[in-house]
Amino acid sequence: MAIIMYWEALQRAHDEELARDPLVIVMGEDVGVAGGTYKATKGLYDKYGPERIMDTPISENGFTGLGIGASFIGVRPIIELMSVNFAWLAMDQIFNSAAKVRYMSGGQLTAPVVIRSPGGTAHQLGAQHSARMEKVFMGVVGLRVVTPSNARQAYGLLKSAVRCDDPVFIYEHELMYNMKGEVPDGEYFHPLEGSEVARAGRDITLFGYNISVHWCLQAAEFLATHHGIDCEVIDLFSLSPLDRAGIKASVSKTHRALIAEEAEAAVGVGSEVMAIINEECFFELDAAPVRVSAKNVPIPYNHTLEKAAVPSSKDVVHAVLKMFGKS
Amino acid sequence: MKPADKKRVLREMLFARRFEERCYEAYVERKIGGFLHLYPGQEACAQGVMEAARPGHDYVITGYRDHIHAIKCGADPKAVMAELYGKETGSSKGRGGSMHIFDVAHHMMGGYALVGGPFPLAAGIAKGLKMKGSDAISICFLGDAANNQGTFHETMNMAKLWNLPVLFVCENNLYGIGTRIDRSTAVIEQYKRVSGYGIPATQVDGQDVEIVYDAAKIAVDHVRSGKGPYFLELMTYRYRGHSMSDSNAYRAKDEERMWSKRDPIIILRDRLIEAGILSLEVYKSMDTEILDQIENQIIKFAEESPEPVVTELEKYVLAENDPYVRADMTPNLNRGAR
Ligand SMILES: Cc1ncc(C[n+]2csc(CCOP(=O)(O)OP(=O)(O)O)c2C)c(N)n1
Ligand SMILES: [Mg+2]
Repeated sequence: MAIIMYWEALQRAHDEELARDPLVIVMGEDVGVAGGTYKATKGLYDKYGPERIMDTPISENGFTGLGIGASFIGVRPIIELMSVNFAWLAMDQIFNSAAKVRYMSGGQLTAPVVIRSPGGTAHQLGAQHSARMEKVFMGVVGLRVVTPSNARQAYGLLKSAVRCDDPVFIYEHELMYNMKGEVPDGEYFHPLEGSEVARAGRDITLFGYNISVHWCLQAAEFLATHHGIDCEVIDLFSLSPLDRAGIKASVSKTHRALIAEEAEAAVGVGSEVMAIINEECFFELDAAPVRVSAKNVPIPYNHTLEKAAVPSSKDVVHAVLKMFGKS
Repeated sequence: MKPADKKRVLREMLFARRFEERCYEAYVERKIGGFLHLYPGQEACAQGVMEAARPGHDYVITGYRDHIHAIKCGADPKAVMAELYGKETGSSKGRGGSMHIFDVAHHMMGGYALVGGPFPLAAGIAKGLKMKGSDAISICFLGDAANNQGTFHETMNMAKLWNLPVLFVCENNLYGIGTRIDRSTAVIEQYKRVSGYGIPATQVDGQDVEIVYDAAKIAVDHVRSGKGPYFLELMTYRYRGHSMSDSNAYRAKDEERMWSKRDPIIILRDRLIEAGILSLEVYKSMDTEILDQIENQIIKFAEESPEPVVTELEKYVLAENDPYVRADMTPNLNRGAR
C-alpha cells in the first residue's frame, strides 16, 4: 500500500479510467492545461489531449448539461465543478436532467455522469466560497451522493462512480486534498452505498462524513485517553442513500449517537440520521441523540469568527462529555 | 422532393394535425391529464427538417411540445397516445407524460419541460457522436422564447468552440406563452442572435414545408459534413393556446386570421392539387383514413392498455443491481469487475 495524497488518489483514479475506456472524458474549468485547481487532473491533458480533457468556459449549467447529454449515448464524463458554491448554477441540469431522466423515460435513458466538487470552509474564503451543500444534493432522488474522507475512498469512490450507470455527485473538501493516506496498489472499487466503521467502540457512536470523520476520530482518541469513553466512529461515505442498516447496527450496539457535520443543522445529515435512528432503533437509545453542527450564519471572513462558525473535534468532545454527564 | 414524397409529406402533416386534435378531445374528456401542448400550425417545421435529416438515425431532442417530433423520429403513435393516457404501454411507461416523450430506440432523446434545458443536452449528444466518429447528427428543436435562457448562450458558445455536429432549429411562433416576442426579446430576429458566436444561421418561412425542407437540407449537410453547428429559424404560428389551460386572449384576432391563411397543410394541399398530383377527393379519403386509424387503432390501443402497477412505482429511479453500488472492498476480489 502506497501512502499518497488525496489529490494524487483522485488523479490516479482519473488516469486509470481514462486509460481503460476511450469514452471517459474530463470536463471543467482549468482541468486541462492548468492541471486542475486542486491538481486532481494533473498531467492528463498532455496524456489524453483536448478532446478528452476539456477546459470549459465558465458556464456551469451549460457544460454540466453538455456532459449529461453526452452520457445519454455512452460517454462517461467526469465533470469537475471548481467549487461547490458554483454548483448552484448547474442545479437545473443536475436535478432536472440527470437525476430525472431515467424515471421520466421509463428506464430508457440514463445519465452516468460523475460530478466532483469541493465544498466546506477553508481559509477565510468568505461567505460565497465556503458553502457546505451536501444537504442540497442528498435531498434529490435519482442522484447518488458520496463523500470521501480519505485518499483510499477518494480513489475507490471515483472508480466506482465512473462505472456506475447512475449519476453520482462526489462531495470533496477544500482542506483535504493534501491529506495523506494509504491507497491499495492494485485497482479497487469502493462501494457507492453503505458506511464504514472507522473506529470500533462500545459506549457511543459518533457519525461523521468527509472532514467530520476526522473530528470524530480525534475526539474518540481524546475521550478514550482522558475519560475512558470508548467511541465508535462511523464514516457515512454515502450520503444518498444513507446506510440505514449500518446506522441501526451501531446504535443498537452503543445505545448512544452523535452526528458531527460541518453544515448548519437544519435539514441536514444530522437531522436525517436522527430520523433514521428514530425509525429504526428508537428503543435501543439510552440518551437523546445529539448534533454537532455549524452555526446558522453565512461563513464570515474574520479568522476567529470563521472558526467559531463551524464545529471542531473539541465541540464533539464537549458534546459527548455532556451526554455522559461529565461536564 | 418527388411527387410521391410530397403526397406522403402531406399525409404525415395531416396525420400530425388530426393526432393533436384528438389529444385535445381526449383532454377535454379527462383521459389525458397534466400540461398538454399541441402542435397545430407548426407541422411543417418538424416535418420539413426531419424530411431532410435521417429519422431514427439522427438524434432529436426537444421541449414539451414533443409528440410530433417523436412520431417523426419513428415512435409508434400508439405508444405516444398511450403515454398521454398514462398507460404502461406508453413510450415512457406512463412515467413521463405529454412533456416527456422518449423513444431512445429511434433516437428520440426526449421532451423536456424546463425551457432551454435541452440546448446543452443536444450539444452533449453531439459531443458523443463526434467522439464515436458517427455520421449521425444531433438536432435540437426549441421555441423562440427559449433563446432568452442562459443555456442558449452557453451552448452556442460551446457548440462553436468545440465544432460540434448539432443543428439548432428555432420554431419561432412569436410567443412564449402569453408574451409576444417583441415584449420579451431585444433582437426579434432570432437567427441574428447567434452571429456573435460565429454560427451560420438562416431564417425561412416555417409554414411552407418545401421551403423548410430546402433550408434544412443545407443545414443538415453543413452539420453532417463536419463544419460544426448551424442555426435554423423557422417563422411559424401555433393555432391553439400555449397549452390547454391557455385562453389565447393575448393575441390579436387579425394576427390569428392572417396566420390561419398560411396553414402549412392547406398550402401544400392546394399546391399539389394545382400541380395535378392530388385531387380534393383523394385528400378527403386520406383524411378519412387517418381519422379511422386514430380512432380505431391509436385511441383504441391507449384505451385498452393496462395502467402501470403501483408496486412498480419506485422502479426506474436508479439502476437495478449495479455491481459498483456494492463493490467488494477487498482489492483482489473486485479486480476486473465488469
Ligand atoms: C425554466 C422554465 N421557465 C418557465 C417555464 C414556463 N414556460 C413553459 S413554456 C414557456 C414559454 C416558452 O416559449 P417558447 O420557447 O417560445 O416555446 P413555445 O411554447 O412557443 O413552443 C414558459 C415560460 C418553464 N417550463 N421552464
Ligand atoms: Mg414560442
